Amino acid sequence: MTKTKKMVQWNPTDIKEELLSKYPPKVARKRAKQIMINEASGGEVASAEIVANVRTIPGIITMRGCTYAGCKGVIMGPTRDIVNIVHGPVGCSFYAWLTRRNQTDAGPDGENYIPYCFTTDMQDQDIIFGGEKKLEAAIREAYDLFKPKGICIFATCPVGLIGDDIHAVARKMSAEYEDCNVFAFSCEGYKGVSQSAGHHIANNQVFTHLVGENTTPKEGDYKINLLGEYNIGGDGFEIDRILKKCGISNISTFSGNSTYDQFASAQHADLSCVMCHRSINYVADMLETKYGIPWIKVNFIGARSTAKSLRKIGEYFGDEALIKKINDVIAEEMPEVEAISAEVRTRTEGKTAMIFVGGSRAHHYQDLFAEMGMRTISAGYEFAHRDDYEGRAVIPSLKVDSDSRNIEELTVEADEKYYSPRKTDEEIAALEEAGFKFKEYDGLNKDMEDGSIIIDDLNQYEADKLVEIMKPDVFCAGIKEKYSIQKLGVPMKQLHSYDSGGPYAGFKGAVNFYHEMDRLVNSKVWSYMKAPWQENPELTATFVWE
Amino acid sequence: MLLRHTPTEVTERKALMINPAKTCQPIGAMYAALGIHGCLPHSHGSQGCCSYHRSTLTRHYKEPVPAATSSFTEGASVFGGQANLLQAIENIFTVYEPEVIAVHTTCLSETIGDDLKQIAHKAERDGKIPEGKYVIGAPTPSYVGSHVTGFSNMVKSMAQLATPGTPKNGKVNIIPGWVEPSDMKEIKRLASMMDIKITLFPDTSGVLDAPLTGEYKMFPEGGVTIKELKDAGGATGTLALGEWCSADAARWLDSKCKVPCTVLDMPFGLTATDRFVDVLRTVAGVSVPDSIANERGQLVDLISDMHQYFYGKKVAIFGDPDQLISMCEFLRSIDMIPVHVITGTPGKAFEKRIKEITADMPGEVNVKAKGDIFQLHQWIKNEPVDLLIGNTYGKYVARDEDIPFLRWGFPILDRQGHQYFPTAGYKGGLRLLESILNLLLDRKDRDDPEETFELVL
Repeated sequence: MTKTKKMVQWNPTDIKEELLSKYPPKVARKRAKQIMINEASGGEVASAEIVANVRTIPGIITMRGCTYAGCKGVIMGPTRDIVNIVHGPVGCSFYAWLTRRNQTDAGPDGENYIPYCFTTDMQDQDIIFGGEKKLEAAIREAYDLFKPKGICIFATCPVGLIGDDIHAVARKMSAEYEDCNVFAFSCEGYKGVSQSAGHHIANNQVFTHLVGENTTPKEGDYKINLLGEYNIGGDGFEIDRILKKCGISNISTFSGNSTYDQFASAQHADLSCVMCHRSINYVADMLETKYGIPWIKVNFIGARSTAKSLRKIGEYFGDEALIKKINDVIAEEMPEVEAISAEVRTRTEGKTAMIFVGGSRAHHYQDLFAEMGMRTISAGYEFAHRDDYEGRAVIPSLKVDSDSRNIEELTVEADEKYYSPRKTDEEIAALEEAGFKFKEYDGLNKDMEDGSIIIDDLNQYEADKLVEIMKPDVFCAGIKEKYSIQKLGVPMKQLHSYDSGGPYAGFKGAVNFYHEMDRLVNSKVWSYMKAPWQENPELTATFVWE
Repeated sequence: MLLRHTPTEVTERKALMINPAKTCQPIGAMYAALGIHGCLPHSHGSQGCCSYHRSTLTRHYKEPVPAATSSFTEGASVFGGQANLLQAIENIFTVYEPEVIAVHTTCLSETIGDDLKQIAHKAERDGKIPEGKYVIGAPTPSYVGSHVTGFSNMVKSMAQLATPGTPKNGKVNIIPGWVEPSDMKEIKRLASMMDIKITLFPDTSGVLDAPLTGEYKMFPEGGVTIKELKDAGGATGTLALGEWCSADAARWLDSKCKVPCTVLDMPFGLTATDRFVDVLRTVAGVSVPDSIANERGQLVDLISDMHQYFYGKKVAIFGDPDQLISMCEFLRSIDMIPVHVITGTPGKAFEKRIKEITADMPGEVNVKAKGDIFQLHQWIKNEPVDLLIGNTYGKYVARDEDIPFLRWGFPILDRQGHQYFPTAGYKGGLRLLESILNLLLDRKDRDDPEETFELVL
């Protein structure tokens, strides 16, 4: 077993100081509140407050994107049978075209618009005179060409500024077509402080315009929704395989490999399972309030986490046959996973990782690393809120600032016709009594070691510094960070898009990830940084001829 | 089928662009700015713009692409982005220490009317620009032109650093246009073979092809320096390669610094490279060495060796105007037939040039500026081709229609090597011919029936 023990020359406080030392004082003061040294391990002490979901400082090279990216790119991108028209200059639609590795399975004849990119390609005259007419014409052209069941309109920055009423255009066109639901998203890039605002805007509109549309009950046992799973690299396919094997019916995934009808039927599920807490916990709440569907937090990243999440679903339904089936599936899948993790672990034990993505993945992937004996020594989210770090207990105390105030919060009430509590109060109480936890998420901090460094909205300068100082064995973030980290001689894994790999969810995904990490952290390439004459530069050496 | 909803019948579209063959201005400005030594590009707009441009350039070059953003919020969008940009300038010079910040605008900052010049002056007055450092800027409204226009606008801003009245220094300015770092290096190699001193701008060689050494340099060795740009005003002349990418900057130098210019086609393929070399030696007053004549002869040799496989083969091609003009000429010079030609960038002159270049073809070319890949695909369904040339997005069409596909252009997101292996110049021509021949013969070997399958081709 190759255990590489690193010499710890820096303590976390010094590292934090070093990260802040080059900043102008104002920047340093702000960043100091977003860099914390963890003390909340195990959850015995409540986590200290971290500042999150606040503006990035101009000029600081951030990993973050915009509201449009969160709305069109993340949430609506993976839905295959809706035509997504981006109203704006060409770029926004172009950059979100097939770049997020959302896989889909439309079958040989199914509708699939994911390989297409639709834009109104606004020109200067549209900016000056308004683009509503062009948008209307574009919707008409899309409808005439494709006859889709849904057309979504996305606003880009200039649309909000010039005051195009995209919702009015959508309403007008929707009224014109009997068989096509047209609705719009005010997801201008300047709104909010990150992609997170875009997730919220997207989910609100999906909830308003799609959920509940299909009133025909769905067939199947143990019906769930899988919320916040985007089928990057086929994660959703693997989760669906496992759910199917267990006899659990997935009514709708928000929004990996999804369809119009899945969203429209979400109210038929009996349980909502939340994967990415950040992007979708409010949808889970709304489904509960309006339709009476309880929700639980799950995590299908990591084989043990997958098993735990499946058992949690089994426990909720409380059906012996289901519980047995779930245990059988776990018993069948785990031996291979464990054999491979044990073998790989001989080469990964004791190695260290840093994860700066999401959302949720900076938390979820720590489970996978742990299964390989790897420690996560520093982590943080790109666009999370305080509750994703400190747990849902802080939600009531979250301050609403000027940036979050302009993101609409839907007020939802119990549906007169379709509200139906899936469990009685007594059943809920009994489950809770037995330790079952509804709508609970304790956040990242509790699961990280004390002394580990947790950083919100990490930027390029801090990332490079952190890697130089702490020399992790692998660094995980996104494409923009990939090559500067690798130039430092440290392997970098994209955990937004998985590079070209995946799936990493579920049992088969865990195995893929073990192999991928084994390849990355043990690749010979990292030993080639210096040429022989750079290792031994002295000119006095004499060549010894044979 | 991946593009299963694309009908064969072409219907007119006036408002909806489907599968664009262009993107927006700022990314071109960002790429051009990376060709200045010690430069940090800066996007004056929402965070998403910068993030998308960096991601796309990174995926294409497989290299770090640092760039900063003004991180507009709703407030900045209402009250103007001056405060954001001033703060950004201060932070960038303190934290990243570049020599120069090259700011470009976005549709957001253009729509609200932020004035980069005025903000840069304010930054200077407020002492936010350290001694000897620079902030340059280019307006790049996303709703005008395309990524090519943005590239051209930033290159023009670079030219505007030139000082009128600089004493003549005997150098030749070459503006290469939006080509790969490898192509820029190839252009420099040809000039140095002729012993001609040039200023190439922008120059991304040595920037976007950095070695892996265990050390990260945010500002690598390459790129044109500010001093060289200032001295561009004393050059003998300027060769602008490509009307769309490079002419504006060259004409500015001509009118403001009295540096005469000529606009040439980008040196892709035999005849365009011939004209480039011929003009360059004339401008510099030197003779072309045998070594270059030899490279040319090798390219001609390869054309003659491969001609039997190229002759009469039909090609569909999409990309950017300057590249397509040279490539279509090259295809014609090896007797291939570019039947469908699309660029997303506007410009009637493009259609005219392509028609002239293809005038001797058996049938009339289908050519369109401001076109899209959806339309190109429909044309291909109506008149099939033997080869498709374009950026990575072409792979969906190539797979559906089962056409050999040459990745050439921007962005290439699924193959590597373009930053190292040029397609410009005579050497680059060899690589293009080899790539095209391999595609055609691999297809022949795949499809030939057993009885006519050949060992020797």
